[in-house]
Amino acid sequence: MATTERNFVHTVWDFFCSLKLTIFLLISLALSSIIGTVLPQGQLPPEYLAQISPVKLQIYSKLGFFDMYHSWWFIALLYIFSLNLISCSIKRLPHVIKFITEPTLVLGETMRNTFTLKKEIAFSTPIDAGQEKLAAFLGKEFAAPVISEHSGEYHLFSQKSAWSRLGVYVVHLSILVIFVGAIIGSLFGYKGFVTIVEGSSISSVEARNGKQIPLGFDLRCDQFSVAFYNTGAPKEFKSILTVLENGQPIKDFTNVRVVVNDPLTYKGITFYQSSYGQATEGGEHYFTMTPRTGGNTERFALRDGDAVTFKDGTTFKLLEATPEVRQFMPEFSGPAARVEVTIKGKSPQTFIVLKNYPEINAQRGDELTYNYEGSNAKMYTGLQVAKDPGVWIVWVGCTLMIVGIFVAFFMSHKRVWVIVSKGHARMYGNASKNQAGFQMQFEELAEKFTNLKI
Amino acid sequence: MTSSLLFNVTTLAYMASMIAFFAFLASKNKSLGLAGSVIAYGGLIIQTAAIALRWKESYDLGVGHAPLSNLYESVVFFSWTIILIFAFIDLKYKYRIIGAFVVPFALLGMAWAQLGLSTGIEPLVPALQSNWLLYHVVTCFLGYAAFAVACGISIMYLIKATHEEGNTTGSAGGIMSMFPPIKVLDDLNYRAIMIGFPLLTLGIITGAAWANYAWGTYWSWDPKETWSLIVWFVYAAFLHARFTRGWVGKRAAWLSIIGFAATIFCYLGVNLFLSGLHSYGK
Repeated sequence: MATTERNFVHTVWDFFCSLKLTIFLLISLALSSIIGTVLPQGQLPPEYLAQISPVKLQIYSKLGFFDMYHSWWFIALLYIFSLNLISCSIKRLPHVIKFITEPTLVLGETMRNTFTLKKEIAFSTPIDAGQEKLAAFLGKEFAAPVISEHSGEYHLFSQKSAWSRLGVYVVHLSILVIFVGAIIGSLFGYKGFVTIVEGSSISSVEARNGKQIPLGFDLRCDQFSVAFYNTGAPKEFKSILTVLENGQPIKDFTNVRVVVNDPLTYKGITFYQSSYGQATEGGEHYFTMTPRTGGNTERFALRDGDAVTFKDGTTFKLLEATPEVRQFMPEFSGPAARVEVTIKGKSPQTFIVLKNYPEINAQRGDELTYNYEGSNAKMYTGLQVAKDPGVWIVWVGCTLMIVGIFVAFFMSHKRVWVIVSKGHARMYGNASKNQAGFQMQFEELAEKFTNLKI
Repeated sequence: MTSSLLFNVTTLAYMASMIAFFAFLASKNKSLGLAGSVIAYGGLIIQTAAIALRWKESYDLGVGHAPLSNLYESVVFFSWTIILIFAFIDLKYKYRIIGAFVVPFALLGMAWAQLGLSTGIEPLVPALQSNWLLYHVVTCFLGYAAFAVACGISIMYLIKATHEEGNTTGSAGGIMSMFPPIKVLDDLNYRAIMIGFPLLTLGIITGAAWANYAWGTYWSWDPKETWSLIVWFVYAAFLHARFTRGWVGKRAAWLSIIGFAATIFCYLGVNLFLSGLHSYGK
């Protein structure tokens, strides 16, 4: 009974330590990750819901395909992956550490025969003097040796970058560190979103899960503006923000310029420029209408979607307005409105009325000419809000990963032995990686070794 | 002189280099192989000048930025990195014939960029106005290029290995004698991936750092991010496969080819078929 239990434990342990499991997990993670890039994630768009069959929808939902990267089975894969990493390291690390701390000082006959890099020289001086000279040679040309005496021979052992064998374990550890950082971030941090209308302030933000989270301070949007290139492409989205505590602006956090790629951080909470729009409150747009044949200019105000009918029966409807027309019509700038005008008895016409170009507006041949005078509408700025106390741990993990990969790939544990016997000495070399590169180094060393005057 | 002219010269140089390598393969004439390499290096120098000139031209237009901002510029840069990595492997390991399987990738990129993509210099949209753009794009593409080279080498491996299986007499004649031994190809494949994997890792990390700086999340499972991770998983599997019995040789070569296919999907497929944050403008 005890043996079967131990066997079972052994089998489980071997299973978690196996490299085959690692390959299986890596390929499974790769394949399963594809699902989330093909299917929509999170809130499903109505177009998608309309075209998918109910059975499929139910199966996919059950399998967690619509929030795949947080589904129980994907998280389980990541846990097994972590277990695999830990088990492999626990199994192999003690051997590696022993290898580093207790190197093979005396090179036995069988090991010698496995090495391809070797060189032999003869000398006539007594063995002790020869040993001293060779030790000095190794110390100067490679690394200071450890000297052992073994059955009438001296074994000089020197090594370089023994610790580079740990590189791969640093990489494994770094993955776990990143996971820890991510878990801390998800437990103690949040991601949210907030919109602030120009001139107003907010004291809480809405987290992704819909909860309102109080900030502990107020954030005011003083101004929002968009700048465009001549081509009409956006150049800059800019919010001017002020942090307030107890109604008082905080020095150094007053009138802060926040643009995309340049956020504002206060008390561990960071605000990122994300979106913008025209606030609905107070959104009046002002127009003038002038009859071409003379007569008084009439000034009127409209909200989005509203219409007005003039004395001659012409209807003027505001479809939409923008504070900057350049993004739609690169050759013009400034505010503009898209309107629909229906002259009595005719079909409706849609056109743009500009604020800065009355002469262009007048070019329309109709009896009535219109101008846009702008709006009292305010802009709002949309800010992503993030608090992530785990992020620095993630960066520590990333740094460890880079260092570990560099060590694991580009550094090798190089070992050189010189066995000094009466009348001759033999040198052997071995590297944990990149034998070809080490061979050149060894050959150089061997040449100096041959030319050594003992 | 304009950068556009120089890019056309580059394309022609890569085509000439490819033809020279193919002729080398068919004729076994060593001077043709040398010509293939020299022409490719000449093309690399001209392309370097062209990229620098395009950078300067963007400043002349008043929208100065590194030429890494849209699909055209990225494809051109990808070609440049492929030849750069090839040059490194060629000079270090001296198996010239690999050029016949790697230069075509660079030529394909240049030809597509010059003939099929819009070449205009555009101003940077706000999302890309960051120094992180340079670090992120350079590391990613150097990684991609190393994987392209590894893929070329793996194709050679599979051709040679298949040929040797069918031809047990061992006297590999004809074109096959031009290929390095399969052991060498297997080793070169590994070395190319050893260059690519750290660079891809750096590319993903710089991308995460930028995302965190600009949006407040270092990872949001955006399709591009996810696919870069998929590529990372495939090559991580490759690296572990080398220490596992039954996974060396042909399977490793296939993993390398699958890895490059995933890389190309990550680079182009995600933009063509999926939606997300990396849209290359329009």
